[in-house]
Amino acid sequence: MKTLFKLFVTFARIGGFTFGGGYAMLPMLQKEVVEKQKWATQEELMDYYAIGQCTPGVIAVNTATFVGTKIKGIPGAISATLGVITPSIVIVGIIAAFISNFQDLEVVQWAFAGIRAAVVALILSSIIKLAKKSVVDIATLILFIVITLLSFFTDFSPVIFVISAGICGLVINLSKAKMSKEENNK
Amino acid sequence: MILLEMFFRFFFVGMFSVGGGLATLPFLTSMGEATGWFTQADISNMVAISESTPGPLGINMATYIGYQIGSQHSELFGFLGTLIAPLGVVTPSVIVILIVSRILMKFRNSKYVEYAFYGLRAASIGLISSACLGVAKIAFINSEIAFSTENLLSFFDYKSIILSILIFIGVTKLKKIHPIVFILLAAVAGIIFKM
Repeated sequence: MKTLFKLFVTFARIGGFTFGGGYAMLPMLQKEVVEKQKWATQEELMDYYAIGQCTPGVIAVNTATFVGTKIKGIPGAISATLGVITPSIVIVGIIAAFISNFQDLEVVQWAFAGIRAAVVALILSSIIKLAKKSVVDIATLILFIVITLLSFFTDFSPVIFVISAGICGLVINLSKAKMSKEENNK
Repeated sequence: MILLEMFFRFFFVGMFSVGGGLATLPFLTSMGEATGWFTQADISNMVAISESTPGPLGINMATYIGYQIGSQHSELFGFLGTLIAPLGVVTPSVIVILIVSRILMKFRNSKYVEYAFYGLRAASIGLISSACLGVAKIAFINSEIAFSTENLLSFFDYKSIILSILIFIGVTKLKKIHPIVFILLAAVAGIIFKM
């Protein structure tokens, strides 16, 4: 019960401070899920993100469900998911019902210009942390650069990038394994 | 009855939008056309508000539209709409991820899965970097002004660039400080300097 509550509260904190979509959650996830609670490793977090891109629904919810189910099964998945969506429901619900011109308020626009600048810096620092673990050789460096550019400049679905990168990983490692086997046979 | 129909319609939106919150947009647009529950103007308000509030985009959008649909009947339905629409959107995700994580745990030690993830992780960082570039473009470049050497200072939003650099130094040097602190500081700085 205590763990379920902790999952709910942790993911509510993450949801309440995610500005600009699921990717902007990454710095919060690293701090809360990896460093503080040690519910997942950096690598697992990235696996969840990659799979979250290819499965239906909101990435933030997919990640919450993954972490929740790993820690406490189905009840854990439900707690984490309800946690991550609760701040949205409360905040957007209040704005929809009571404040008709919220997004036009000057103060809101100024605050969000500041927050966007912070989000860029926070995501960049997360990317550096992750890259140290996953961009480990020339092949992964090339994959990383090509996918960054293609995904920024074209409109292809992320699903295509994730699936082709998975196939590349498989092919590269299988041929590596085959080569080292032949070396041994000589 | 309308609440039940709402749940299932949002369930389908959640089930078919792959690749994050904004991917739900075309499905929501066609839902509006099919049911007449909300207009194109509601949709543009929905996007503006969802981007100016914390939380996952897809959930914010569903909550806003859920209120608009329900409140046409009564205030109570408006309130219920803010619950039912986001719950509808997340239900398929939860089911699919529960299944996927079972499969993943079973095959975690397979070398083929490990081989595929070697590529997947690089892709994952690539997608995150591209999203970061997207936010940087909105934050740092004033799109209303054409680029030329004379108006460099107004083309680039120098206040945002300086703030971003300061925060980046802050995160790298002061590892103990929670990202929330930086986000709040940046919001205050944005208001003080009228960014």
